[in-house]
Amino acid sequence: MRNTWAITKKELKVYFSTPTAYVVISLFLLITGFMFYVMVSNYSILSLRSGGNPYFSMKLNLNQYIYSPFFANAAIILLLLLPILTMRLFAEERRQNTDELLFTLPTTNTQIILGKYISSVLILTLMIVATAPFVFYPFFLTKPEIVPVLTGYLGLFLLGIAFLSFGIFSSSLTENQIVAAVFSFGILLLLWLIYWLTYVTSFLKGFLKYISFFNHFDNLSKGLLDTSDIVFYLSFAFVGLFLTYAVLEVRRWWR
Amino acid sequence: MIKTENLTKFYGNIRAVYRLNMEVPEGDILGFLGPNGAGKTTTMRMVTGYTTPSFGKTEIAGINVQKEPLKAKKLVGYLPEIPPLYPELKVSSYLEFVAEVKGIKGKERKKKVEEAISSTGLEKVAGRLIRNISKGYRQRVGIAQAIIGDPKVLILDEPTIGLDPKEIVEIRQLIKSLAGKRTVILSTHILQEVTSICGSIAIINEGSLIEFGEIREIEKKYGSASLEEIYISAISKEVKNEEHMGNN
Ligand SMILES: Nc1ncnc2c1ncn2[C@@H]1O[C@H](COP(=O)(O)OP(=O)(O)O)[C@@H](O)[C@H]1O
Ligand SMILES: [Mg+2]
Repeated sequence: MRNTWAITKKELKVYFSTPTAYVVISLFLLITGFMFYVMVSNYSILSLRSGGNPYFSMKLNLNQYIYSPFFANAAIILLLLLPILTMRLFAEERRQNTDELLFTLPTTNTQIILGKYISSVLILTLMIVATAPFVFYPFFLTKPEIVPVLTGYLGLFLLGIAFLSFGIFSSSLTENQIVAAVFSFGILLLLWLIYWLTYVTSFLKGFLKYISFFNHFDNLSKGLLDTSDIVFYLSFAFVGLFLTYAVLEVRRWWR
Repeated sequence: MIKTENLTKFYGNIRAVYRLNMEVPEGDILGFLGPNGAGKTTTMRMVTGYTTPSFGKTEIAGINVQKEPLKAKKLVGYLPEIPPLYPELKVSSYLEFVAEVKGIKGKERKKKVEEAISSTGLEKVAGRLIRNISKGYRQRVGIAQAIIGDPKVLILDEPTIGLDPKEIVEIRQLIKSLAGKRTVILSTHILQEVTSICGSIAIINEGSLIEFGEIREIEKKYGSASLEEIYISAISKEVKNEEHMGNN
């Protein structure tokens, strides 16, 4: 446990001594903030135009018209940005030969993987918590339902830890950060969109729907808390970390 | 203290190390010699547990490195051929990190880091980013990292490569002073280094051990020739290839 934490701290130091973490966090806030602002403005124009009592209609529809699409869009931004966060975790150790230190120190591969993973999960947490000031701002003006907002956040977090886990796996495959980022982005995007296939074929329909990130996120962004979605993300994260472990164990023979 | 038994490593068809049997007694400093590509780095990587051998095993103080890596790694300080440094970290936080993973706790850790800094002469650069220090200092940081936690065994892979003459002399002095009671394997191409630091030598070529033993004994065997002459004649011996891979 102490080793894991030591590695987490080291990774955080490296993250914040290069522009990577700052750029990823600020871009995320900038883009999500921008989206949220446009959505809210657009919504208030629409509800004013519709006449009647704007407060009343806001209360009815805010979740459906703002929060649900907002979380879905924020999820896409995570898909774009998180591979940048994970790309260096193992690739850069190999490129700079620091893996020769890491793997000869008295620590285990599990501790190394967890240490690195936790550092990226902490940054993810910071990213999504930092959106709270503007996401909760409408609560001062009106009374949207809070539950869908909370499940939306939970969804972003779960989706994020699944993305990060796959990103780490991807980084363990290569010593080229760019390759690691592009590979994890590509595969995650494919998994996001794979449910499209169900429109054209009924072959493996249930399976395709199950492995699609989009379907699981859809429920959470609408305020539907289903354990099967949570289990899906957690298992995905576990599988990613396990694959990373397998890669490191096999590598021992080849380096 | 350090033992290899039939240590062998293949990379596909390349025979990097082949049936290496060595035993380095406690307190000895072994000079590990051989041309580039002879298999020195690969051997050291197997001794430190970075690489798994294809066959054979390595032991540190009787602990099998492949079977009980965690226990064995606690006893070893390792300076790889390319110093494993994080350029984004300060020298002191880098050493802190290594000390922490080596299991040194709390106040003791600060003390050990300071000790390592002062015994490798890093006081002046301790607060600087590793990215911004000279090659000689980087090599010192690499050595400081290896000696933190007072490991009984030090494995140093070409510690003076790529340094300027003044730095070479300094690092050599440093290694001499740090060796103390430790058991050390030191690979190098500089034979003066061996004569001035080491008690015994191992010469390998094409992955096979050619000479191994105390320097005095080996010098006797070669009729009191200089180390240079011994080295040249050892590596020009035909490497026994009777068990070479079939398709070569
Ligand atoms: N990871 C690797 N993959 C393939 N071949 C390797 C690898 N590491 C070393 N070799 C080969 O093994 C041989 C021994 O290399 P090395 O141990 O680095 O020698 P030295 O350190 O004595 O110069 C060389 O032929 C080298 O090309
Ligand atoms: Mg070498």
